[in-house]
Amino acid sequence: MMASSYSAKEEDGHHSGSAGLGDTAIRTRKPDNTAFKQQRLPAWQPILTAGTVLPAFFVIGLIFIPIGICLYVTSNNIKEFEIDYTGTDMSSPCFNCSINHSWNNTTPCKCVLAFSLDQPFESNVFMYYGLSNFYQNHRRYVKSRDDSQLNGDGGSLKEPSKECEPYRTSENRPIAPCGAIANSMFNDTLELYYIDPNGTRNPIPLTKKGIAWWTDKHVKFRNPGSSNPNLTAVFQDTAKPINWGKPVYELDTDSENNGFINEDFIVWMRTAALPTFRKLYRIIQKKNSMTPTLPRGNYTLEVTYNYPVRSFDGRKRVILSTISWMGGKNPFLGIAYITVGSICFFLGVVLLFIHHKYGNRNNSSDIPN
Amino acid sequence: MNGACFRETLRICRRWPDIMAIWKEDVRVEEERHVRANDREYNERFSYADNRIKTAKYNAFTFLPTNLFEQFQRVANAYFLILLILQLIPEISSLSWFTTIVPLVMVLAITAVKDATDDYFRHKSDQQVNTRQSQVLIKGTLQNEKWMNVRVGDIIKLENNQFVAADLLLLSSSEPYGLCYIETAELDGETNLKVRQALTVTSDLANDVARLADFNAEVICEPPNNKLDKFTGTLYWKDNKYSLDNEKMLLRGCVLRNTEWCFGLVIFAGLQTKLMQNCGSTKFKRTSIDRLMNTLVLWIFGFLICMGIILAIGNTIWEQRVGSEFWAYLQWNKFTSNAIFSGFLTFWSYVIILNTVVPISLYVSVEVLRLGHSYFINWDRRMYYSHKDTPAEARTTTLNEELGQVEFIFSDKTGTLTQNIMVFNKCSINGKTYGDVYDEFGHKVDITEKTPCVDFSFNPLRDRKFRFHDSSLVEAIKLEEPLVQEFFRLLALCHTVMPEERNEGELVYQAQSPDEGALVTAARNFGFVFRSRTPETITVYEMGQPVTYQLLAILDFNNVRKRMSVIVRTPKGQLKLYSKGADTILFDRLDPSNDELMYTTSEHLNEFAGEGLRTLALAYKDLDEDVFDEWMKQLLFASTSLDNREEKLGVLYEEIEQGLMLLGATAIEDKLQEGVPETIACLTLANIKIWVLTGDKLETAMNIGYSCNMLRDDMNEVFIISGHTTLEVQRELRAAKESIMGPSREIFSDGPDTEKTDIYSSDSVFEETIISEYALIINGHSLAHALEADLEQILVDVACLCKTVICCRVTPLQKALVVELIKRHKRAVTLAIGDGANDVSMIKTAHIGVGISGQEGMQAVLSSDYSFAQFRYLQRLLLVHGRWSYHRMCNFLCYFFYKNFAFTLVHFWYGFQCGFSAQTVYDQWFITLFNIVYTSLPVLSMGLFDQDVNEQYSLRYPNLYRPGQLNQLFNKRKFFTCTLHGICTSFILFFIPYGAFISAVRDDGTQISDQQAFAVTIATSLVIVVSVQIGLDTNYWTAVNHFFIWGSLAVYFAILFAMQSDGLFNIFPNQFTFIGTARNSLDQKIVWLVIFLTTVVCIMPMVAVRFIKTDCYPTQTDKVRLLQQATRRQGPQEQNLRRVRRTSSRRSAYAFAHQQGYGELITSGKNMKVTTSSTSTYPLSSPERCPGTRGAPDETTTEAETNNTGFKREFDQNQDVTVEDLEAR
Repeated sequence: MMASSYSAKEEDGHHSGSAGLGDTAIRTRKPDNTAFKQQRLPAWQPILTAGTVLPAFFVIGLIFIPIGICLYVTSNNIKEFEIDYTGTDMSSPCFNCSINHSWNNTTPCKCVLAFSLDQPFESNVFMYYGLSNFYQNHRRYVKSRDDSQLNGDGGSLKEPSKECEPYRTSENRPIAPCGAIANSMFNDTLELYYIDPNGTRNPIPLTKKGIAWWTDKHVKFRNPGSSNPNLTAVFQDTAKPINWGKPVYELDTDSENNGFINEDFIVWMRTAALPTFRKLYRIIQKKNSMTPTLPRGNYTLEVTYNYPVRSFDGRKRVILSTISWMGGKNPFLGIAYITVGSICFFLGVVLLFIHHKYGNRNNSSDIPN
Repeated sequence: MNGACFRETLRICRRWPDIMAIWKEDVRVEEERHVRANDREYNERFSYADNRIKTAKYNAFTFLPTNLFEQFQRVANAYFLILLILQLIPEISSLSWFTTIVPLVMVLAITAVKDATDDYFRHKSDQQVNTRQSQVLIKGTLQNEKWMNVRVGDIIKLENNQFVAADLLLLSSSEPYGLCYIETAELDGETNLKVRQALTVTSDLANDVARLADFNAEVICEPPNNKLDKFTGTLYWKDNKYSLDNEKMLLRGCVLRNTEWCFGLVIFAGLQTKLMQNCGSTKFKRTSIDRLMNTLVLWIFGFLICMGIILAIGNTIWEQRVGSEFWAYLQWNKFTSNAIFSGFLTFWSYVIILNTVVPISLYVSVEVLRLGHSYFINWDRRMYYSHKDTPAEARTTTLNEELGQVEFIFSDKTGTLTQNIMVFNKCSINGKTYGDVYDEFGHKVDITEKTPCVDFSFNPLRDRKFRFHDSSLVEAIKLEEPLVQEFFRLLALCHTVMPEERNEGELVYQAQSPDEGALVTAARNFGFVFRSRTPETITVYEMGQPVTYQLLAILDFNNVRKRMSVIVRTPKGQLKLYSKGADTILFDRLDPSNDELMYTTSEHLNEFAGEGLRTLALAYKDLDEDVFDEWMKQLLFASTSLDNREEKLGVLYEEIEQGLMLLGATAIEDKLQEGVPETIACLTLANIKIWVLTGDKLETAMNIGYSCNMLRDDMNEVFIISGHTTLEVQRELRAAKESIMGPSREIFSDGPDTEKTDIYSSDSVFEETIISEYALIINGHSLAHALEADLEQILVDVACLCKTVICCRVTPLQKALVVELIKRHKRAVTLAIGDGANDVSMIKTAHIGVGISGQEGMQAVLSSDYSFAQFRYLQRLLLVHGRWSYHRMCNFLCYFFYKNFAFTLVHFWYGFQCGFSAQTVYDQWFITLFNIVYTSLPVLSMGLFDQDVNEQYSLRYPNLYRPGQLNQLFNKRKFFTCTLHGICTSFILFFIPYGAFISAVRDDGTQISDQQAFAVTIATSLVIVVSVQIGLDTNYWTAVNHFFIWGSLAVYFAILFAMQSDGLFNIFPNQFTFIGTARNSLDQKIVWLVIFLTTVVCIMPMVAVRFIKTDCYPTQTDKVRLLQQATRRQGPQEQNLRRVRRTSSRRSAYAFAHQQGYGELITSGKNMKVTTSSTSTYPLSSPERCPGTRGAPDETTTEAETNNTGFKREFDQNQDVTVEDLEAR
């Protein structure tokens, strides 16, 4: 800085001399010769050439198609049975329940649906309930909860978050659990009976534990006043959600599955991403490797019809399904993989053709100057 | 010291608009300034600005509020502030407040830190400037005061080499007549010394502190203004009035030189000094990408609103059809009971959600990139000029990518293309040429650095830097050939150079024009050392012997005469007239006996001119005593006449400069800067048009045009426009156009063009088709006419059809007008490059201004956007840095828009699934961090380091520069492609997981199709897809790129798991509700299968498209990249150096000083102080003393050295006599 604008006349005489000597005392403003500053950092410079792109397409094609086939086969091997019990049809056994029922009914309405399985279901069988056209992902619905309350925070129990409005208080008492999600909890009771060939009705044991995520059950949801095992006392000053028939501390008799850590409740509280969804209801544990969990034959589904969906054209289903390594029946992924794999392979062929016919193989000769 | 002051000016100039704004507020308009010396009370009444300079904006307390206020004045920041406020309304808020506030705070913080650092340095340098010491006369004594405490009306004392602290009225100085010398490099860029003279009444005060303290004059003068060369005022003292002008002012920023001390009265201080006033408002330059970006951001706003409206309508319909029935589960709040109102609220909610299409980090990232690119320019060693220790400097950090789009370069000539160094190269003496070197076979040898130089060691007074290669001339001198001697004697006598001898034998010539300096220096080295001059004598050491010539008359140079002569009396009493001038002029005045010599010399002149040298012819004449006496009388008479003095003198001069005897001719090389022809050739290949705009004469300009290969002999035609009237100019331009295009096209583009775009396109197409090469040279006065409204179109047409355009004799304003003309008519990016104060206007006007630093002054550099020391670096600046910057910036923007669209529009698709309720797909923390953490660094590193083609290839294939000029890499179409790409990606990103999740469950049967797992899946896919995409876009994977790309992915997963960890949830259960989602979804094979599928589907089509593009329609860049890769595999190749040979055989012109010479100043003796002091230090070693000083005994000399001032007094008296004599004459 100093030297540059200093009188040139004075500098001229000495400049070349001092530069030649390389006088270390003089700090020059010469930029450092580092690879970074001179933009000479060693670098990998990939180019999309036929040699890399075409094999990539073929490889992807060759990977995707087998994966897709594998997925498809797996998905097809999964046994799934679905039964709609909404009762929209006049002929449906639940028709009466569906038209008569509303939230305020206290008397349960029961209906029985008979169905038969053509194939035996092996291994563990999972029983889902499915709802359609139910917007669990609506913004106002989704945010209408108080995670702090559900995590057992005493303060939030007494004073739920504003997000819960208008399901925050009832009769000047805080609602526990507050909010629209909790309020609209699915409360149909589903029971499954196997009809022996000789006509006897055998209830199928349904496991209600292990249907929620471990993290939800053990971290996210906690009952308030963990020191106090008496939930009734803990929830003393709270009101039950308006639509609920019974308070939260009466969801189950098992203290490990009661209150906020009731798994049915936890499953419901994990809101679905899409308006048509299924949620795990019960697990039918396999008995042993010899006999199928659900043998071929006739069954009845006994529904205690509490949950009204007719008002919004909703549908209720029960799904029985086995499980594979990739989860439940999911034909979409298999087909998608096969399709994408085929397209990639096909594109590879097309690109190869294009490259062969029109491609640019001699590179430098036609660059001007 | 000097550097510091330069920095001060620079800094203040940059900040000038702000300062002006502050300053204007508290100072009312001043109409006249009253200053009373030594009377602070009186002056304080007017509250003039004091000498403190304050450029810092903030102090510790005002920083935060002021800075925030400033930042929120920017549209983008204000927009995000509004969003933030919207988010606080619970009915609307679709996102938590932190999604906006975190990025906003980060952006604000980065900017604030930058501003604070800048301001800190400003404070520091303010402090440094303000605390400089100066001697102020306070209460009768000289006291050291800080600059900031200097007040208007104070008298301050300056010493040699000190900076002038404020605008001063010179009162007295150590030099006779109250003269003092200043260097004004900081002010106007001129390095030569200027003379200032005090009023006689005040110069009598000398350095008598007591009298100065009693000095109580009042100055009434003009208010502060920015005219550097003008000052009007009156000094009232002791009932007398004295008028003041600029010749009595010392302006802040000047440096006192060759003057021991001086006293001055402060007239303007601080911000009111002319230096500060003259900084002018620097126009804020923006790049075309900037403007495009702003337009695009507006479009995006429009797009955002459209999306919002679509979704709001969707919401209204949904609420009516579905939502109202869903009531049992989702009760309305009081005000959402109405579907239309709900739609209205949804609109705002979606505006909040979709706001990320206008990325908050865009502007900051762009700034960071540009800053980085600027640093790369500053750091480039290949743009560092070691001789002057000057690295290139990007003084503006906002224009870098425009460097890759330049189409027109407007270049100054002197000091830019040329070094402004004249070198005595060849000469012809009495019909024999000297200067060429021949080998033993008699072949001419090219002169290179290695050619041995003539040894001048016989001459102790030689200039060591002078190089000459032909030893025969020295031999001729040594053989004492009379004509050769006469030749150099002429060069040593006939000039207006002032010598300066600081130490013994260390002569420095102060020449008015570098040509003269070169000639006198040549004579000096060949043994005719011009040593000193007085108004009446010239002392020359001829081969070591001092010879004093009596100088009888200087027949000065002017532009009409194109020659100058001196009449001297030799010690032997002979009268001689020595004349040098343009060959054409001198040849007319030769004695007829010279015809043969004239013929040979003329041949030689042709030869010299063909090599691009500037030539002068030299002649002498012996004068008769009687004739001269008679002529002298007439001259005295004429010089005292009041009217037509110039003319009368001219006639007299003409009369005596007849019948001259030709001596020979000199050839001076106007040295081009290194690599200029190569650079010009290279830039031309890059399709950049180079126009030379010079203040020089037509001949000189053409000369340079030929020597730097812009004009060539093989050009079809060189049009010279030099008409004096509009009609003439029009006719000449028309003729030029016709001869280029043929008359048929005349009608086409001569008519008034309403639809300019059409004209442009067809013009440019037509321009391409012209294979023949034309050049246009236009004179200043013609240009004035051509720039008139009715001619400018045809001027542009013709000029753009020519390969080369040279405008000569243009004024600084015209330079700016020409640039403006092209800016207006061509919509092209212009670059102006220059070094002097006269280039400032064009540098400021052009899109990009480049200053050549280290040459004349700082003026051009101060107003430039980029500066470096050599013209040839321009090639690197444009073709390497500019191209890279443009390429990087475009890729960066494309990717940035793509990324944000892909990220944001997923919400749009989700709207159809969630009842248009403005539910977000992602976790709020993901939205907060996506732009600033997960994806910012890879794209920044791409924008900083990417190189599609390395620097060697960028320079080797200049037409790689073309895409920038055509604006191909980022334009509206590109923008649409990227956004469309982004939209498609968002579509895939949403619908593939959608398809998979409709019925998906985990492998333990529990659910996975819940919202949170869905969010994590899409977010992970998105991060992977955009990372792969940036990988595809990165051409140059340095370690940093690897680190950032892989690092970003790693950071994403790290943060994902951290945010969803038990610990954070337990502390803030309401903020981190995604607890465990990552663990429960990312351990599922199906989730990874979905992510993998999504990535492939998003990426592969792009790969296919790009492959087809590069394979079937490869661009220039693609080809060069392939070549580069191929050669890298083969190993480095010998680089083919492009050498441009000059092939010109043109009859050249001569060169001379541009202004009236110094002659009058010399003969009046006013500037003789330097001479006298140098006589005092004659070399004691010289064998014989010159007659002029023989009278002064050696004792006097030694005494003079010990008691310098006393000696000078004596000489001052001597000089008084001389001046009186002159006046008597």
